[in-house]
Amino acid sequence: MLSACGESEPLTEGSEPQLRRLTEQQYRNTIRDIFGGNIIVAGRFDPLERIDGLLALGASSATVTPAALERYEALARSISLQVVDEKNRAVLLPCAPVSKNTRDDACAEKFVSSVGRFLFRRPLSDTEQSLYTSLSGSGAEALGDFYQGLAYGLSGMMVSPKFLYVNEIAEPDQDGLYQLDAYSKASRLSFLLWNTTPDVALLDAAAAGDLDTKDGLEKQFNRMMASPRVEQGVAAFFEDMLEFERFDILEKDPIIYSAFILDVAEDAKEQTLRTLTHLLLEEETDYRDIFTSRKTFISGALGPIYRVPVDNPDGWLPYEFPEGSAWAGIHTHLSFQALFSHPGKSSPTLRGQAVREHLLCQKIPEPPGDVDFSDFNDDANAVNRTARQRLSAHNEEASCAGCHKLMDPIGLAMETFDGAGQLRTMENGVVIDTTGELDGISYTDAVGLGEALRQNPSAPACVTNRLYAYGTGRSPVPAERQWMAYLEEKFAQTGYKIPDLLQEMVLSDAFYRVAPPFLGTTTADARAASAKETNL
Amino acid sequence: MTVSRRSFLRGTVGGSAVALGLPFLDCFLNENGTALASGAPIPVRFGSWFWGLGHTPGRGIAMDGKSEITFLEETQPLTPYVNDLNYFNAFNTPLDGRPSAVHFTGWVAAKTGTVPRSFGDTPQPTLDVIIADQIGGDSRFRSLDLSSTGSARDSYTFRNSTSRNAADVSPLAFYQRVFGAGFVDPNQADFTPAPSVMVRSSVLSAVHEESKDFLRTLGAADRARMDEYFTSIRQLEHQLALQMEKPDVSEACGIPTPPPEDEVLGIEIEVAQNNHKLLTDILVMALACNQTRVFNMLYSQALSLLRRRGESFTHHTLTHEEPIDASLGYQREVAELHVTSMMALATFIQAFKDIREGDGTLLDNTLIFANSDTGNSRVHSVDNIPVMMIGRAGGRLKTGMHITGNGDPITRIGLTAMQVMGIPVERWGTGSLETTKTISEILV
Repeated sequence: MLSACGESEPLTEGSEPQLRRLTEQQYRNTIRDIFGGNIIVAGRFDPLERIDGLLALGASSATVTPAALERYEALARSISLQVVDEKNRAVLLPCAPVSKNTRDDACAEKFVSSVGRFLFRRPLSDTEQSLYTSLSGSGAEALGDFYQGLAYGLSGMMVSPKFLYVNEIAEPDQDGLYQLDAYSKASRLSFLLWNTTPDVALLDAAAAGDLDTKDGLEKQFNRMMASPRVEQGVAAFFEDMLEFERFDILEKDPIIYSAFILDVAEDAKEQTLRTLTHLLLEEETDYRDIFTSRKTFISGALGPIYRVPVDNPDGWLPYEFPEGSAWAGIHTHLSFQALFSHPGKSSPTLRGQAVREHLLCQKIPEPPGDVDFSDFNDDANAVNRTARQRLSAHNEEASCAGCHKLMDPIGLAMETFDGAGQLRTMENGVVIDTTGELDGISYTDAVGLGEALRQNPSAPACVTNRLYAYGTGRSPVPAERQWMAYLEEKFAQTGYKIPDLLQEMVLSDAFYRVAPPFLGTTTADARAASAKETNL
Repeated sequence: MTVSRRSFLRGTVGGSAVALGLPFLDCFLNENGTALASGAPIPVRFGSWFWGLGHTPGRGIAMDGKSEITFLEETQPLTPYVNDLNYFNAFNTPLDGRPSAVHFTGWVAAKTGTVPRSFGDTPQPTLDVIIADQIGGDSRFRSLDLSSTGSARDSYTFRNSTSRNAADVSPLAFYQRVFGAGFVDPNQADFTPAPSVMVRSSVLSAVHEESKDFLRTLGAADRARMDEYFTSIRQLEHQLALQMEKPDVSEACGIPTPPPEDEVLGIEIEVAQNNHKLLTDILVMALACNQTRVFNMLYSQALSLLRRRGESFTHHTLTHEEPIDASLGYQREVAELHVTSMMALATFIQAFKDIREGDGTLLDNTLIFANSDTGNSRVHSVDNIPVMMIGRAGGRLKTGMHITGNGDPITRIGLTAMQVMGIPVERWGTGSLETTKTISEILV
């Protein structure tokens, strides 16, 4: 047990710097923040693999396949042509060309350097600067149009790996170890807190060396936490942690669940994210309250599902479920119930697995191969009316029981919610039994399960671990065990407040510590070398 | 049939030793090739077609050891195509002590020659990627990868664990990708390349060149990822280069009708089958118009989520939960759904047969490697996984044969397919799946 105060951060040696492919949302946010919300980003992004519970970790090993690059290039052209379009150019371009029928390198250069700084998340090198300026110029000559040429220069930047990947650079620090360079720190901060490219103030702070001091970091952290964009950042983290990408392909049978329409699905996702950002950022509640709180938000589309009359069919209203309601905690939300179910029925196993893996960070082993299921379904006379009866069959098979008993009791507590999250008390004429226990704490229903989750020490440890992995783009390494324990302890000391956990993390040395680069090149070497090269 | 051993270099394909040298096996040179009326050779295409959950044991095809195929109840839809395909059974997947990751190990072993260490582990490339690396670079698309399930993640084609080819799932988007802007009709009379294509091309090559300094700051693993990026950018540069020159005339090429605007994607069987058909119709024209030589179609996931409207259970959950019908001796609904998979395959084959090419059809100039992932879905067995080779691969394959593997490794089928496609590989697979033994009975 660590002492409660005066404790200094354990020294870590970090892990290798990461090369992270932008996620779809990061790409979209970046474009919106540079060029405004009128630019339409119409394209499909290749899915990321989920590694150690997060897509963010998949981004650290994601590649760009031929088909993916083809899509990136098409998207880059579509965005670039919108940027230079007549209706946008006056606002989005820093200058007008001398003639719009040919090249104007001075104007192109202004545009390339200002936009390039946000796209590459650092100032452009001289080589990059002259390359994209000259591409814009030769494009303008070939097409007889300054703006078209500029669009192709811009699309070039947007297919470069320097935009598509967030590349972290290591540099030696005063302790004889390595840390991220200032611009890499800026990216880490920005993607963690806002899920977008660093803004002007953050890039300026990096340039001024402010991110290499605790005071400078703290100033930026406070500034960023005060911005509404932090909601987008925190929501993005929970979307990843809760596997919300499943919403993209969520399907419910229209005959079985006629109430579950597209608007309902979209609002279900929004409801949970609004609830989380409200509780954790605005109210700064104890993180563990997300499993028990009856506070949420409700929209017109969600009213019928939650049996709540909604006066304002077009917007969102704060709402608190009454005492004794079936709903309390995000695990009872429609989002969770619908995502971890089948299209035509509920699934205690999927729900139990989601609680274990996403909320408690406990990995359930894969099912064994070559199980003979004949014991379960050979008996045509068996009448298994409820999920509990059907699943009890697994408990007779030793190779299944080990894992199913980790999942099913949790999921069975939520069986009063059908596959589309609607309340029910009976299944096939039998009253549903929702009793169970989680790691030694018994409960009678889903609300009680929330209480058990709230008391489970794995819950705050899980979010700490996931948040650190999400921020650094990698899983904690074994040598960071002491640091992670320290972080968990700090989280507990602050009353499990997420803003405090974020602060502890981003003001730490560990968050920016990286192993020495194997190549022996430092930022300065690499930039000097690239500046010397001629690439044209 | 073995690879000719005239002067070769040792190399590797997906970690296996290969003999590099001759572009084709001797027997494939000219005398068996087909040509168009113009004298231009017709390319041979390779593709895969996947369906989940296999057949009910004893209801797929007659396991009688005979060399003719006898289709049983669940494969009836394939009856018209008995002379267009070869059916392989009794080929096994020895696990070498590794666990069998359910709904994963079977197809990964069949397509990569390696038993995964755990779920999600795919260190070796799938055979379509090995083939595309060899023959995919000359066409506009290295490969076209499709899924009828509506999810881009449903794709069983990858280079390694972190480089998976996402599937095209929307017929509308797929149509636009192939036949929208950037499509050059091989049969149009006059041809003028668009100036914007030249500009795009020069932008890409400049970015390609300029990106090389990016490698300086990367460790070994990330350099490998960047290699993939460079492969991709070269492919895209090549794609644009093709748009700047007049393509060879292609007699079979015609622009297909665009799919309907009101698109519905999803995993209801009727929806998936409809999208499968729409995607297939675009795909066969993409092949006939020489836009690609390699393709992958996933009809249903290994853990098939296809489902009839109004039904609580998916194809997969039924295999677990449907009682065995006492009078029939098998799961009735599961068996019916297995038939729907074969109906979809029949639709796929027919689309290839409907396109006349040279003296035959597109199917004659194609090799479709069709497989499932389990020999018995109720017990998730990875032995006796059903595999078919459909089409004659430009006259390189005999068809209409039933091949019994007698427990040999399933990799024999993939190795044969790669050799037929001209890949100079003489051994494939790892551990007990490693093999040098092709299936010579089906080779011309």
